[in-house]
Amino acid sequence: MEPLVVPIAFLGGIGFIFGLGLAAASKKLGSAVDPRVEKILGVLPGANCGACGYAGCSGFAKAVAAGTADAGGCVPGGAKAAHDIADILGISAAAKEPMMAVVHCKGGKKEAKERAIYEGIADCHAAVLTGNASKTCADGCLGLGTCVRACPFDALEINENGVAVVNADTCTGCGKCVAACPRKIIELIPRVHKIFIACNNHDRGGRVKQYCTVGCTACTLCVKATPSGAIAMENNIPRLDYARKENFITAAYKCPQKCFVDLVKARPKANIDTTCNGCGECVAVCPVDAIRGEKDQRHIIDKEKCIGCGVCLDTCPLHAIALWGGLAYAHQDDRTRRVRR
Amino acid sequence: MDFGILVQICIGSIFINNFILSRYLGFCPFFGVSKKLSNAFGMGMAVIFVMALAATFTWIFNNYALKPQHLEYLQTIVFILVIAALVQLVEMVMLKFTPALYEALGIYLPLITTNCAILGAALINAGQNPYSGKDYTFVEALVNGVSSGLGFTLALLLMAGIRERLDLADIPRPLKGLPIAFISAGLMAIAFLGFSGLSFTK
Repeated sequence: MEPLVVPIAFLGGIGFIFGLGLAAASKKLGSAVDPRVEKILGVLPGANCGACGYAGCSGFAKAVAAGTADAGGCVPGGAKAAHDIADILGISAAAKEPMMAVVHCKGGKKEAKERAIYEGIADCHAAVLTGNASKTCADGCLGLGTCVRACPFDALEINENGVAVVNADTCTGCGKCVAACPRKIIELIPRVHKIFIACNNHDRGGRVKQYCTVGCTACTLCVKATPSGAIAMENNIPRLDYARKENFITAAYKCPQKCFVDLVKARPKANIDTTCNGCGECVAVCPVDAIRGEKDQRHIIDKEKCIGCGVCLDTCPLHAIALWGGLAYAHQDDRTRRVRR
Repeated sequence: MDFGILVQICIGSIFINNFILSRYLGFCPFFGVSKKLSNAFGMGMAVIFVMALAATFTWIFNNYALKPQHLEYLQTIVFILVIAALVQLVEMVMLKFTPALYEALGIYLPLITTNCAILGAALINAGQNPYSGKDYTFVEALVNGVSSGLGFTLALLLMAGIRERLDLADIPRPLKGLPIAFISAGLMAIAFLGFSGLSFTK
């Protein structure tokens, strides 16, 4: 019995003294850590992506608790995180508009020509430093995956065609890839928009055609197809102004080079109900000539031709036109296909 | 005090008995924090700092509390307790008085509180000094702690430099990431084996 008492008392003693010492120290030294910071940290995604402009989630949590950062500043956390943070702080917050990254290029191995063979370090920055990479197009995606490695959410991949594609489901719009791309062809667009232009070539049309079959030739048909003026040519490439009220469906349809990417595979189609008096206003505005009918008779819409742009809806004086059907997303279809394979 | 012995301890624990590459202690941070040179440097500094502290305090504890009571067999558990409590305390003091230092080392400190390399340094100090044939004196223990930390930092920085380059190399898919890091560590250990030929005894 005797030999046990000393070590037990000894160990218990130092344990007790240390515990007491630390407790006293934390009372005395422990600078008051704001308990809200811990709570805010709990509702953040914890990816430390840096999209808020602070060094990691803890930096952002501290700034929010101190009142120097906006509660809706976490892009990946989105509306939910903003709401939770606002609850913790007892304020109201406006969430940032959800964004997603898009790659302004789809000219891969099949479509775009190479002018050399690059065998250096498998990194886009390295390739650009080596004679501006091997692709003839000076603005094309190099497919070496610098953006894929930069993505904290595994939302990017290099497809079989050698072009980076964003998975719209997992992309949080943090913007890491935008900063990583040496060719600056990744951009954040508002999530509600499903259409973007997959080209960033500033060359003249004739030259583009020589090295890429899906490159923008600056034909300006998309600009003409958008009477709202939300598309403007800028240095031989159309710029889509997502701040305007415009869905870009017509522009995407009219592009002869098929540069536009529409993440929606099937859109709801317009349908004219029985109140139609056959005034013919809609026939004049339909960009794809999908509406037929005799004067003063009920008009009908050719569902095969209709692209669901919705221009006729606002034109109808009787409000007899509505969009029927649901949305089907192209990337969701891709995903099911991938699983099956 | 023999200055020569201190030099021997220094060379010995940095090169010959390097904590990672010949004693195989502290592998967790060695692979965990060696992806970037800047992080590896911060971690290395934190390890040197904590090892020096741990060596100092465990030596005092060992010589003035455990040995008089003949409780040497409690070394491991008591040292863990001392080191953990100490690091906690240091963290608090740092946060209060030098927030800048806390920002730089703070995130690494909890990682290494009960790291086996730190405990290893403390336990080696409790044993016999192979260069003098006697127990470690206080200064010898302190030098051993600091130079063990330096050895750890050296291995960590070398590894981080190698891994930064490996990231850009064309590595076969199954070996990407940790497997190639283990292979590199093995090769480094073989290279460091060369130092074991260094001998100070005549």
